[in-house]
Amino acid sequence: MLEARQHSGGSASPLLEVAGLEAWYGESHILHGIDFQVREGEVVTLLGRNGAGKTTTLKSIMGIIGKRRGSVKFEGREIIRASSDQIARLGVAFCPEERGIFASLDVRENLMLPPQVRPGGLSLDQIFELFPNLKERLSSSQGTKLSGGEQQMLAIARILRTGARFLMLDEPTEGLAPVIIQQIGRTIARLKSEGFTILLVEQNFRFASTVADRFYIVEHGKVIDGFANADLGANMDKLHTYLGV
Amino acid sequence: MNIQALSAQLLVGLINGSFYALLSLGLAVIFGMLNVINFAHGALYMMGAFCAYFLLNVFGIGYWPALIIAPIIVGLFGILMERSLLQWLTGLDHLYGLLLTFGVALILQGLFQNYFGSSGLPYAIPAELQGGVNLGFMFLPIYRGWVVIFSLVVCLLTWYLIERTQLGSYLRAATENPTLVRAFGINVPRMITLTFGFGVGLAALAGVLSAPINQVRPLMGADLIIVVFAVVVIGGMGSIMGSIITGFALGVIEGLTKYFYPEASNTVVFVFMVLVLLLKPTGLTGRAT
Repeated sequence: MLEARQHSGGSASPLLEVAGLEAWYGESHILHGIDFQVREGEVVTLLGRNGAGKTTTLKSIMGIIGKRRGSVKFEGREIIRASSDQIARLGVAFCPEERGIFASLDVRENLMLPPQVRPGGLSLDQIFELFPNLKERLSSSQGTKLSGGEQQMLAIARILRTGARFLMLDEPTEGLAPVIIQQIGRTIARLKSEGFTILLVEQNFRFASTVADRFYIVEHGKVIDGFANADLGANMDKLHTYLGV
Repeated sequence: MNIQALSAQLLVGLINGSFYALLSLGLAVIFGMLNVINFAHGALYMMGAFCAYFLLNVFGIGYWPALIIAPIIVGLFGILMERSLLQWLTGLDHLYGLLLTFGVALILQGLFQNYFGSSGLPYAIPAELQGGVNLGFMFLPIYRGWVVIFSLVVCLLTWYLIERTQLGSYLRAATENPTLVRAFGINVPRMITLTFGFGVGLAALAGVLSAPINQVRPLMGADLIIVVFAVVVIGGMGSIMGSIITGFALGVIEGLTKYFYPEASNTVVFVFMVLVLLLKPTGLTGRAT
């Protein structure tokens, strides 16, 4: 069993604080001032239409986008000018939308690739308890020969090893079968109960509503609204307008 | 068939193959990580040989320490070259790296020619490796046997390092997706610099090995590198095992050609290159990029 970890739910300052975040891809200005916060132990979901800037927000926090401005504070420390390897070393882990499984590495190498950044990451036994399929596939030759669902699990599993307690998952359910989506949902709930903090980007609103504590709506590179899962019912109409569903 | 003459040519082929393999391996490692076709590789090989020469004649440091010291010194020069010049070409077309390193090669060779002329400087075979053994069917000079075996060991160790270790998995992953590897907390720019230094060190090591056989000349690398690039094209750019096997194999093929049809021995590698380019443009072991 994973041991439950204590987390200071009532801490004064949020774990992640994004303020006035702007980002550019080359010449095109994608983020126009993103503001939101994530408290320790929360699951927060960024919702929005395609091209709204959700993925770019995650990448900017991770330091992957070359040109960014504004403020991103992690554990109270300003990281807007840090390089992505420095940010990772602070305990921020990123699971990209395209999953990023390496074709030139076998499954075990893919799993063992991210270095430990902090003590207290999940052991391999704990990971296989969460993702039993991965254990069977460990000796498979190429990571990219796995099914889409297995690749997604591998992509999540490898960042749980590192000791990072803040995970950013970019559309983990995209293109997956309902049974796999359920498994990923259970995994996120489990990680939350272990005290992980998760920032999720999702198109699948139904899925997000089962795992998230709070939502932020991103549109045209700005956060235009935000509400708690408890207030979801009262906000359904607005949500339909925002997401066009 | 004259077995003695045939085995002598095979040995020459294996020796040449050793240098082809060491040099194309360095090129493959560098191309994989930096996406740079390092035209300065031959000049850096030459610097390795000169380094051994200076270590001996200026500092009295002999062959064995030179095998370690020269690759480190020239490797550091490579690191300086990557930091000062090559890093600015990240993300640009191959052509820029090729032109830049070609320019560096011309400058280095020009400088050495200016100070040392074109003729060879002698470098003696170390006392421990002088002489030879009579194998019955041929006479094997010990130093040549040493070069073949030592190169093979270095090549296989490099292959093991890249294909079978955790550090190697960082390298392979960073070749595929440097951005993501960096986002896992690995300092990819530093890894790129060290990889270039390592590849250059391999070239310098080949230079030291070659000094007692081929003499130390400013243009020793320029003559060799053309064939090495053909080897790289045949083996497949960026493939580690491919460049090792192709290096040794083409050396042997060259040697055999020298025995059976000497007139073609200088062109046989290029004939192979043309055939491979026509039939499998990514090289025998190469992946499509």
